[in-house]
Amino acid sequence: MNVIASRPAPQYPPHARTYRYDEIDREFLAERIAEFSDQVARRLRGELTEDEFKPLRLMNGLYLQLHAYMLRIAIPYGLLNATQLRQLALIARRWDRGFGHFTTRQNIQFNWTKLEDVPDILRALAEVDMHAIQTSGNCIRNVTTDEYAGATPDEVVDPRVYAEILRQWSTLHPEFTWLPRKFKIAITGSPNDRVAAQVHDIGVLAKRNVAGAMGFEVHAGGGLGRTPLIGRKLRDWVPEDEFLGYMEAVLRVYNALGQRDNIYKARIKILVRDLGDAFVEMVEREYATMPRDPYRLDPAIVAAIAAHFAPPPFAALNDIAPPEDPEFAAWASRSVRPHRQPGYASVTISLKPVGGIPGDASADQMEVVAALAERHSFGEIRVSHVQNLVLPHVRQDELFAVWQGLRAAGLATPNIGLISDIIACPGMDYCALATARSIPVAQRISERFADLDRQLDLGECFVNISGCINACGHHHVGHIGILGVDKRGEEVYQVTLGGSATNDAAVGELVGPAFSYDDIVDAIETIIRTHVAHRALGERFIDTYRRIGLTPFKEALYAAA
Amino acid sequence: MPLLEDGRIVDDPWVTVADDAPLPEAPTILPLARLQREAAALAGRNGPLGVALPPDVAPEAIAPLLGRLALVELTLPSFRDGRAFTQARALREHHGYTGEIRVGGHVIPDQYLALLRCGASTVVVPEGADPAVWDAARRVIGIAYQHSAAPGHPLSLLRRKLEVA
Repeated sequence: MNVIASRPAPQYPPHARTYRYDEIDREFLAERIAEFSDQVARRLRGELTEDEFKPLRLMNGLYLQLHAYMLRIAIPYGLLNATQLRQLALIARRWDRGFGHFTTRQNIQFNWTKLEDVPDILRALAEVDMHAIQTSGNCIRNVTTDEYAGATPDEVVDPRVYAEILRQWSTLHPEFTWLPRKFKIAITGSPNDRVAAQVHDIGVLAKRNVAGAMGFEVHAGGGLGRTPLIGRKLRDWVPEDEFLGYMEAVLRVYNALGQRDNIYKARIKILVRDLGDAFVEMVEREYATMPRDPYRLDPAIVAAIAAHFAPPPFAALNDIAPPEDPEFAAWASRSVRPHRQPGYASVTISLKPVGGIPGDASADQMEVVAALAERHSFGEIRVSHVQNLVLPHVRQDELFAVWQGLRAAGLATPNIGLISDIIACPGMDYCALATARSIPVAQRISERFADLDRQLDLGECFVNISGCINACGHHHVGHIGILGVDKRGEEVYQVTLGGSATNDAAVGELVGPAFSYDDIVDAIETIIRTHVAHRALGERFIDTYRRIGLTPFKEALYAAA
Repeated sequence: MPLLEDGRIVDDPWVTVADDAPLPEAPTILPLARLQREAAALAGRNGPLGVALPPDVAPEAIAPLLGRLALVELTLPSFRDGRAFTQARALREHHGYTGEIRVGGHVIPDQYLALLRCGASTVVVPEGADPAVWDAARRVIGIAYQHSAAPGHPLSLLRRKLEVA
């Protein structure tokens, strides 16, 4: 049973700052795989009903989709090292069709796996200290954080440390594995929210007080789905050592009182909405009466985990001027981001080529990114919540070489943050829940706006597409949101405007009647033309919308009717 | 139905009594309403008493009576309904309850370890259940990443090695 535990530790890039497993973590993972293998065997012997087996396989990341089993692999808070990304490429080649799909929750999905291969895939993941635990099911899911953590100049606290603590604490939590519904936590350490904290079951802002002490602002009850809600602030300040205790209190109130008779009302957001201030009081009462000591987060443990995320050995450099190459400059204007360390930058790699499937990467592309990470980013890669990849720590004098390497692999589309940097769920091409296609809509929009000059002229604009009301494509918080639904056997697309997932989080407003599959791209075109007609110099779509409101868009879209 | 303790089938001395049936001498599990209604009269009884606590009632409701109770029975109406896990933890942690916590209803072996870690003592298993499967399920994972009511000794960071009775 402990065959895996005795194998040697994987050879990682020496400076990659991912949490490094030790023998204890590897023994745990081996036990978990043995448990799942036994559950599969008991299912096959008929000792577990399909109804009983389903949540067990889901808690190991395995879904039954339209055409095949889909395996969703956890990429804890979106952090990968080059060795791990290479192993994902190997899995894509050996057990899928040569590609993988990065998700908005910073995970990766393989859409064409076979049930009988899954134990082998889990073992291949374990070889590089990865797993698929709690990527589905009514439990605490993969914790997400800022893809620029440890690199961004505006960071106050490194959220990876606390994301890892949350990951460990929530792993096979005995009390919170059979919750009313799934539970998603996002944490940021920057005052500029890049994790959509306010639309999560729990959103955490890690911060420091004037005395320099660590603490957390905690929000709960946000979410998308069929009832989009912005979270409520529970606490402005939870001291660091009380972090896990307070989390326990929130989850406990939810586990006891969350609705269980209606799947559409089972998320914590409904409980928080319905109870209002009373929810906050119940959490405080729970927290006040539970024993504190066993849940105290020892600063020594925080320090030991923080050591995994110490800065890599940066060279002492100064910021430099970029090379004068217009094509490079166009890419850099979208993909290169300032770094806290002088002479370095973060590079965002677009997985949204014109006509491509948002978030998809081929095995070859994963290997190119792994090699570039090893050579230019201390072996580190991040997965962003908008389905792109990030090389967090690149020397400015190596940016040109990185760009050339990416361009050769078809990974240098200069559209980060632009209209073709679309979030889309898998939709009816893969998903058993979907009621409409998402991917081809994203492809057609990116083709319509393929002209880069036009995209650059339009500036930042987030288009988010979901293929059903469950909102995996986060359509409610897109500047332009598209929701595909089934209307009497026909796919139609509702459009919302003005959503936002950042500090000014907002749910978009429905513009009017839905558009057909054929007409949806023209409708987006009309919306963009209306924006251009009304915008002030350099004004982003979202700002124009907030200034002029829904009416001009409505009139332009439905005038002919 | 068979009763499981420490991974083995054990004798069950307890009798579950309906709302209006006469009380036997044997250890008796009462419905919550009857326990609350007859609390004063039951104070004089010598035999052990237990209560069946429904999933939607917080243990706080029986806090004043816990000193008199040798058993609290919790229920999973469906194995997907995890409220009993929180009830068990609340009984142990908030109320310092040290008597038997029994879990009935639709429980699957894969939940046994977590129930024990939340403070459960015994599980009512289906007729014909193979205790070896249940015993294996509580041993399959020996490392935990968080505090719980079950015994264990701390390892480094948040981790602990679970001890199986």
